[in-house]
Amino acid sequence: MSFLSGFTDSDLWHSFIRTPTALVSALLTLILIAGALAAPLVAPHNPFDLASLDIMSAHLPPVWMKDGDPAFLLGTDDQGRDVLSAIFYGARISLLVGFASVLLAVLIGVTLGLVSGYLGGRADAAIMRVADVQLSFPAILIALLIDGVARGVLPREAQEHMAVYVLVFAIGISNWVQYARTVRGAAMVESRKEYVQAARIIGIGPVAILWRHILPNVLGPVLVIATINLALAIITEATLSFLGVGVPPTTPSLGTLIRIGNDYLFSGEWWISIFPGVVLVLLVLSVNLLGDWLRDALNPKLR
Amino acid sequence: MKIATVLLRSAAVIALAGAVFAGAAEAKTLRWSYQGDATTMDPYGLNETFTLGFQGNIYEPLVGYDAKLQPVPMLAEKWENPEPTKWVFHLRKGVTFHDGSPFTADDVIFSWKRTLTEGSDMKGYGAKAKEIRKIDDHTVEVITPTPNPILEREWSLFYIMSKTWSEMNNTTEATNVKGSNQGNHANRAANGTGPFVLTERQPDSKTVLKRFPNYWDKSIKTNVDEVVFTPVSQPATRVAALMSGELDVIQPVPVQDWERLEQTKGVKPLTGAEARAIFVSFDQVRDELKYSDVKGKNPFKDVRVRAAFVHAVNLEAINKQIMRGSAVPLGTLIAPEVNGFDKSFGAPYPYDPEKSKKLLAEAGYPNGFTVTMDCPNDRYVNDEKVCQAVAGMLAKVGVKIDLLAQTKGKYFGKVLAQAGYDTSFYMLGWTPSSIDSHNSLLNLAGCRNKETQSGLFNLGGYCNPKVDELTTKIGAETDQAKRNAMIKEAWEIVRADYGYMPLHAQPMSWGVREGVQVVQRADDVLDLRSAVVP
Repeated sequence: MSFLSGFTDSDLWHSFIRTPTALVSALLTLILIAGALAAPLVAPHNPFDLASLDIMSAHLPPVWMKDGDPAFLLGTDDQGRDVLSAIFYGARISLLVGFASVLLAVLIGVTLGLVSGYLGGRADAAIMRVADVQLSFPAILIALLIDGVARGVLPREAQEHMAVYVLVFAIGISNWVQYARTVRGAAMVESRKEYVQAARIIGIGPVAILWRHILPNVLGPVLVIATINLALAIITEATLSFLGVGVPPTTPSLGTLIRIGNDYLFSGEWWISIFPGVVLVLLVLSVNLLGDWLRDALNPKLR
Repeated sequence: MKIATVLLRSAAVIALAGAVFAGAAEAKTLRWSYQGDATTMDPYGLNETFTLGFQGNIYEPLVGYDAKLQPVPMLAEKWENPEPTKWVFHLRKGVTFHDGSPFTADDVIFSWKRTLTEGSDMKGYGAKAKEIRKIDDHTVEVITPTPNPILEREWSLFYIMSKTWSEMNNTTEATNVKGSNQGNHANRAANGTGPFVLTERQPDSKTVLKRFPNYWDKSIKTNVDEVVFTPVSQPATRVAALMSGELDVIQPVPVQDWERLEQTKGVKPLTGAEARAIFVSFDQVRDELKYSDVKGKNPFKDVRVRAAFVHAVNLEAINKQIMRGSAVPLGTLIAPEVNGFDKSFGAPYPYDPEKSKKLLAEAGYPNGFTVTMDCPNDRYVNDEKVCQAVAGMLAKVGVKIDLLAQTKGKYFGKVLAQAGYDTSFYMLGWTPSSIDSHNSLLNLAGCRNKETQSGLFNLGGYCNPKVDELTTKIGAETDQAKRNAMIKEAWEIVRADYGYMPLHAQPMSWGVREGVQVVQRADDVLDLRSAVVP
């Protein structure tokens, strides 16, 4: 309870309840996450169960249009999958990949950043040169590369089950540099401060210093970057799936759904790709706005 | 930020490409796109109608087809069949290959031998001759193993290569579609006698042909000087590129977009019935399926399992929902356009999922089983979607399909004979190049036999000696009525055996820019000899 009251007394909380965009976007994000988590409970159909699909109900428009079927609120796709259910399940994969890959990127980036900033010297130079090289490639290119290599290396049978992990790995690896750079800068500043010197003098080991003293002081900016990168990671996953190298079409994410629907845009069956597209936009926009607010709220110069 | 830059850059590239196209337009360029690439430039590398049709603009057969698929003299001026097993071809004089060397009887004999080399996918064509003798520089005598009344038709896609060029470039053996010898010179370069010369080849992205100034036939209709061929796998992108004027001819147009093309100014769909049957089949040879959870036996050896699969698939639904009513559901392996077709065996099997479940239970699979299905995703009209629908329908009777849909180069490189028929359950389409049942019976329904080159594309290994016997007789029979009666009998046996799961005859579906004239042949081949651009 004291934690909660401490939180509600904080500046952050006050800034939060006084910023309408933050409130709205947080609400939207929560709704989308809740919907995705509870997909099996709230979705009217299970789009991953091939046996439950009926091709005769393919290409049905949303319920408010002529020929719409009340069983399929937002219409159906080319195989008779309910678009609404597919969105629930698809958002699940998009969010899972988004969160997991950001977590991976944070883990790698923060660790390397701390080591680099605290140790300095050769370790620092080595890590930062790798980071420089990686920064010169667009993240999507690196993700595509890793995805392609994984496809070549993994046996056929494993590919479908591994697709999500490969995506997480590919997106995570392609995004760690930003964290490493930020954390390195902050760690360099912190490690020269007196409290760190003091800790060192009384004989605390470097791991403990990094973990217990420096890390808490550099986490602020990491949180901001992570939030904004979450939106980016979701977009990257959608892009990869749209290009056909993401998750397989039998377990579609939002990007896969948009790709499937893309074939039918010209024939007027817009609902197959527009609805997943709208959900993707809402998700990314609200996470981004939340990140923006967090950045402003944590920036002492803007207060 | 990054995405914006990427977008800007691609916009710049597209604008630049547009400018290049516009500049070349005075030189009468035809910009053509198909959903996949011509898999190889080697005329014996892959026996696939699109690849061979593409090569047909660079290479030429002895006898080819006109717009109505009737035989016309190409490299042979005339031919006769003086004895049942002897054909004489009188070769055209004064024809040169693109490299300037003259075309002679030696090239014909060399080419025939090359079709029989290890990597060749055209062994079935080579097997039509037992021997080829050179009478003089411009006459050859062909001895066929059995009487063959339609040899000239059966060789319409057997192209002649240059002996000297092949020897000089060390390509006397055919490229293997399996991908083991991609470095083969003939896979990347070409030297034919056709009206177009291959000038640039970037696999899977761009192939450029230029008009051959010394082409022997000065009467061909085309005014095209240059052809830029770019495969575009995404159907929506292909259609958009046609509508925006970046392409002149596209193949195929997704059937759902026909209406849209009709309503758009400046473009139109070209549609017609194609002589291609699409079907699915089963590995009936191995004692244990390679890709299934059934171990120790092969369920597809049991006719009840095959029948269960066939009756579980609703062809009407596939036609209505995926092909938008443009296909012709089939119960056999030939399209209605092919000689020998008859409703008695050509009508679809009845759709009866209850019967399927019962049959599966009787065969000992009350809960079904899992099997991997091989499917191309850029070869036939809506191929991947059709496979998905088949998988969905089989799921309803308890069979779980693991769908492996891939680009045709990889797909053919896995399932064909050169790769050891590496499949358990697959989709394939077939147009008999002679537009006659005999070709389909021999290639698809004949027992696999390396000696006689029978059953070369019978990827599942269906085998019934009675069909073989009839096929041999059909090949030698010259009385049309008797021949068609035997064709009917053979197809009825294949049907009763549930050797295949026929799906449909697919429609031809092209899109062209207004003013572009092309002839749409029933084998879906675009012959550039008759292509005219405004």
